[in-house]
Amino acid sequence: MKTHVSITPPLAAAKPVSPGYLARCRSSISWFGGFGWSGLIGLAILLFWIGAALFGSALLARLPALNSSVQIFGPISSAHWLGTDYLGRDMFIRVIDGASYTVGVAFIATLLASGIGTLLALFAAASGHWIDATLSRALDTVTSIPSKMFALIMVAGFGSSVSMLIATAAIIYIPGAYRIARSMAININALDYVTVARMRGEGTFYIMRREILPNIVGPMLADLGLRFVYIVLLLAGLSFLGLGVQPPAADWGSLVRENIGSLAGASAAVIAPALAIASLTIAVNLVIDNLPGRSLRKRGVK
Amino acid sequence: MNFAIVKLLGQRLLLALLSLLAVSVVVFAITSVLPGDAAQEQLGQDATPEALTALRAQMGLDVPAPTRYAHWLGGIVRGDLGTSSTTQMPVSELVASRLPNSLLLAAVTALFSVPIALAFGIASAMWKGSWFDRIASAGSVAVVSVPEFLVATLAVLIFAVKLHWLPALSYASDIESLGQMLKSFAMPVFSLCCVIIALMMRMTRAAVIDQLEAPYIEMVSLKGATPMRMVLVHALPNAVGPIANAIALSLSYLLGGVIIIETIFNYPGIAKLMVDGVSQRDMPLVQGCAMIFCIGYLVLVTLADVCGILANPRLRHR
Repeated sequence: MKTHVSITPPLAAAKPVSPGYLARCRSSISWFGGFGWSGLIGLAILLFWIGAALFGSALLARLPALNSSVQIFGPISSAHWLGTDYLGRDMFIRVIDGASYTVGVAFIATLLASGIGTLLALFAAASGHWIDATLSRALDTVTSIPSKMFALIMVAGFGSSVSMLIATAAIIYIPGAYRIARSMAININALDYVTVARMRGEGTFYIMRREILPNIVGPMLADLGLRFVYIVLLLAGLSFLGLGVQPPAADWGSLVRENIGSLAGASAAVIAPALAIASLTIAVNLVIDNLPGRSLRKRGVK
Repeated sequence: MNFAIVKLLGQRLLLALLSLLAVSVVVFAITSVLPGDAAQEQLGQDATPEALTALRAQMGLDVPAPTRYAHWLGGIVRGDLGTSSTTQMPVSELVASRLPNSLLLAAVTALFSVPIALAFGIASAMWKGSWFDRIASAGSVAVVSVPEFLVATLAVLIFAVKLHWLPALSYASDIESLGQMLKSFAMPVFSLCCVIIALMMRMTRAAVIDQLEAPYIEMVSLKGATPMRMVLVHALPNAVGPIANAIALSLSYLLGGVIIIETIFNYPGIAKLMVDGVSQRDMPLVQGCAMIFCIGYLVLVTLADVCGILANPRLRHR
């Protein structure tokens, strides 16, 4: 590492990392231990949306009576819990259907981003010098393009099928996961027991998997939550621009776009999906904030 | 100015230029090399080979990709961004007609958000743990973790639908008087400010708290200085570097946020131009706009680094 790096963050570290970010990540996976009421609320909302994403469409298909109305942008009523949209479709069903896109696509993309980022970081840390430098430089290039801009370029080049959206979101957030995982892996790689394993003649892959990985899994899972929030926001933004999930399928961003015409009438059709996104991202934030490592820190145990 | 600092600044600038070069390779590769043959796509599957060859020659696709890249990069350096494939106008002309609007929006946003964010950030660091700090922190977490269009939507609901102060969705095309301009500006600027202030406030607060936890501050308070004096005279000068860094980074966030905000309010800026370009798959336009955004982003990020270097006394007096 060159000396100037310790004085100012390198160019790539320039994206705003929220204060307390590492503190959030520094927590174990033993859940529920220190959950306060805000964490439980977050968890409940999160579980509701995961349930909606997995089973929502199947359950709602049994209620055909809800499905349509002649009224466009209808108000909230007992027949239509969230009113109706620009074609008179029931908004509650649209939001539940959208959950599988918003939650599902973002979740797969997050898994890919964190998985590949962690894997590359382990590889870089375990193999050292020039592989590490090359990987870091290459991924830095991606971070020097603003994330939304990168997404727009990808959509311009490759269109916006669901698989493309997953790939785009994953590529954009791999460098972030890589940087966090690498900084932890480098520290662990310098510890004695890794040196011992190396002296014992273990290969790079063994050191990555058995010596370093178990020690960074906890923080990386917390980081996964934050990355999920970023990806949800990015994909919602893209769909809102009409460049994400394409009709007739609709995620929550597309629902806001479709019904933006009713904004002047303050109809639920435009507010409900926007609030759904907010509830999901805030819920994930609440859950991360209540992970045990953080609450222990608050109480001054650690 | 000593040698070490000049060397460090030189390294930063060189790094920024290298990043820009790498970015241009990525942009060019994604938009015109990787997606495959643009001529084939335009003519469809059952085009005759002659027509394909002719169109390729017309689009300049008959030369290898590295040559095309070099030609494209050369054009950018000279200020020639190519010709838009939908409007057949030079991209640089299209950009030039929209760029001032976007810059004006960014400047007005910065003008409002920077002082407010600094005041809030410093205040909540001073009264850390108070009700003010808690509300401000919770509010800023909430604002950064919801999509920009929710902020904009709620702003429209409050100020246009409920209070009737402003038109619901402004169209800046028919600006005649100063009053109209202010009205069409108010909503986009307000929405952008919310997000930027939240980000910048959090970073400022963290920077000032970082200083307030340093041992010399304990000395200052033992000496009997008032809290106001402690923060403004002792802690703040040392936090100038991180704060300048925070300002530049938050403003670089403008480049992303402006894409959503310009679209929702139909503001005729360069981000709207680019979104339109993407939906019409107008590659030269997308490339040109993308490079302008990336240059702006790199300038701000490098500026943040430079502020950090210049404000570090250990580097100045080495």
